[in-house]
Amino acid sequence: MAMTTPPITGARDILSPDGWLAALARRSEAVVIPFCALLAGLAAFSLFLLMQGKSPADFYSIVYMGGFGSSFSWQNTLSRTAPLLLAALCVALPARLGLVVIGGEGAIVLGGVACGAVAGLLIGVPGVLGIPLMAAAGALAGAVWIGAVGALRHYRGVNETIASLLLAYIAIALMNHLVEGPLRDPASLNKPSTAPLAEQLRVGDLPGWNVHWGLIAGIVACIAAWVLIERTTWGFAARIAGGNVRAAQVQGLPVGRLIIGFTALGGAFAGLAGVFEVAAVHGSANASLAGGYGYTGILIAFLARHNPLAIIPVAILLAGFEASSGLIQRRMDLPDATVLVLQGFVFVAILCSETLYGRFRLFAPERWRTA
Amino acid sequence: MTSLPFSRRSFLKGSAALAGASAFAGPAFADSHSPLTVGFIYVGPKDDFGYNQAHAEGAAAVKAMEGVIVVEEENVAETVDVQNSMESMINFDGASLIFPTSFGYFDPHILELAPRYPDVRFQHAAGLWQEGVHPANVGSYFGYIGLGQYLNGIVAGHMSATKKLGFVAAKPIPQVLQNINSYLLGARSVDPSITCQVIFTGEWSLAVKEAEATNALADAGCDVITCHVDGPKVVMETAAGRDCFVCGYHADQSPLAPEKYLTGAEWNWPGVYTRMVQTVLDGGTIDNFDRGGLAEGYIKMSPLGPAVTDAARNQFEAVKAEMMAGGFAAYQGPLMDNAGNQILGEGEAFVETDIALESMDYLVDGVIGSTS
Repeated sequence: MAMTTPPITGARDILSPDGWLAALARRSEAVVIPFCALLAGLAAFSLFLLMQGKSPADFYSIVYMGGFGSSFSWQNTLSRTAPLLLAALCVALPARLGLVVIGGEGAIVLGGVACGAVAGLLIGVPGVLGIPLMAAAGALAGAVWIGAVGALRHYRGVNETIASLLLAYIAIALMNHLVEGPLRDPASLNKPSTAPLAEQLRVGDLPGWNVHWGLIAGIVACIAAWVLIERTTWGFAARIAGGNVRAAQVQGLPVGRLIIGFTALGGAFAGLAGVFEVAAVHGSANASLAGGYGYTGILIAFLARHNPLAIIPVAILLAGFEASSGLIQRRMDLPDATVLVLQGFVFVAILCSETLYGRFRLFAPERWRTA
Repeated sequence: MTSLPFSRRSFLKGSAALAGASAFAGPAFADSHSPLTVGFIYVGPKDDFGYNQAHAEGAAAVKAMEGVIVVEEENVAETVDVQNSMESMINFDGASLIFPTSFGYFDPHILELAPRYPDVRFQHAAGLWQEGVHPANVGSYFGYIGLGQYLNGIVAGHMSATKKLGFVAAKPIPQVLQNINSYLLGARSVDPSITCQVIFTGEWSLAVKEAEATNALADAGCDVITCHVDGPKVVMETAAGRDCFVCGYHADQSPLAPEKYLTGAEWNWPGVYTRMVQTVLDGGTIDNFDRGGLAEGYIKMSPLGPAVTDAARNQFEAVKAEMMAGGFAAYQGPLMDNAGNQILGEGEAFVETDIALESMDYLVDGVIGSTS
């Protein structure tokens, strides 16, 4: 990795480990390394494209055009971003405790079903009251589902990765049972769904955009999660427990409550993603809820290194990749899976870059003078 | 739509034009009478030997027409994805006729987009359009493929030695139930003692469960198996591997099991799509609600396989000729469902166009299985 070393000549106090340059250097490590890894992933993918006889320049210009190149492209990208932000939090929050939860898809579908079910009871209720109630129901459903994963982990020692994945399959089966059985609107003939939401319970678009309010909710949730982790004692305790659970227990930290609380909170966010899918996009709960957002959320959380603020730009980037996927199919005659391959390359590159932290003197001002 | 700052825009114009020019390298732009751009959107892969492949074959036929550009996208989910895909086809490719081919694309996705793009025609497969309720630039079309399953059933009825047929089904919804019932009724027109066991997998595309269901049917003694899932490949190969005969669905699956394939109920989308596109090219308007069966060229039957006996062939051809004449009724009274309720009394019947068939929620007597 070609890095320019900071200038040694000039005022010496600039290089002091307490100076502003040193502070910048320390903070930039978390940005520069993932960014270079992203570039390396894109470069490796370019080789893959060349092997397929396709031009990487064409490819990236189409990705740019389809994902970010016009106001329509931005709407396309941002409308895909909303559920991804919330789904990524379902991975990132437990991850700060060292838990790898990959079953956010289950919380999304159950959040959506809970929203659809509660909406059926709120026919005459005004939106200001009804929408928060639906959101609470969806968040609760997600929180119970993923919180159960945390509880199984803490009380029974069940591996949370496997448990959450398997519970996601159960959640999807449960959703199918509910929307095809007890909650089915008899009028939904060939696509079994819950009854359509009453008009006042629908969540609309941001003014002047075809992007629904879920995007704002997702961004607020990411900021709130960052504050929780970085600026509260609960977040501090969670980071300690994530670093070394024995040390946390010795310190008397409530590890069990932390595990269940963080998994439940992550599940609540994913459940909220399902609520927005129903209230802002589909208008009723049905099998389309299992759209794979929960799985893309895993990728985003890992790429963001489980930092809730970093989730925002990473989710937008990946949504942009997906937004351009159609254009890539149509213009370059590449299969739909191309974008998945691209995501895979980037994912592997970012994971490999984990070993690079702390290796560059550039980011460690204490070591500048001992060159 | 909100515009972005001008500086960004002017930069984009250049890059977009560049990419556009390199991608099209042909007649797309600049032509005085610009060609018609037609978009096709599929919910699964284009080569699934099933529902999506059938539509993609239709798209391929349109591609061969003069003055038409076809753009396609596969694996588009029934979420905001499909709204974005349609909008992308309109904005980037200039599509003015779009065929979103999955049932779940209709409500809310097409209904959301159609009012915003009144000059674009949205033609949706599977049929829900209602006069006065839905936008005028939306149309729906579908075929009476249940009759194809009835013909499958006739051949199956002749070829079955165990008198037990098998059906691997996705979900207990009207379209699927109608296919199961038609398959059995076709077989019972040969031998009223025949039964048909059905297994629902719960999903449109779930290869592992489809294989398990097929094996379970073979274990239960079923010796002619058909299906209604998005991609019948797994069912066909698994059933043939268990030495069962198979009847196809959606597309021609005979290459998957050349010896065991009897016949199949296929969509004839090339005929339907070229007809609709030609209507638009000629300056006409496609009907908002369009349906048809064998006679109208919406569906067709796979050529009969090598194992089919003469007796089966004769009855198959005779009933097919009746269907071609129109007004065929596969459902004739007295008819009971498999829970003992009467569906049709003596002398009553549902002809192929009967709207009552579209809200079917029962399995007829002789089908082993349950809708819930």
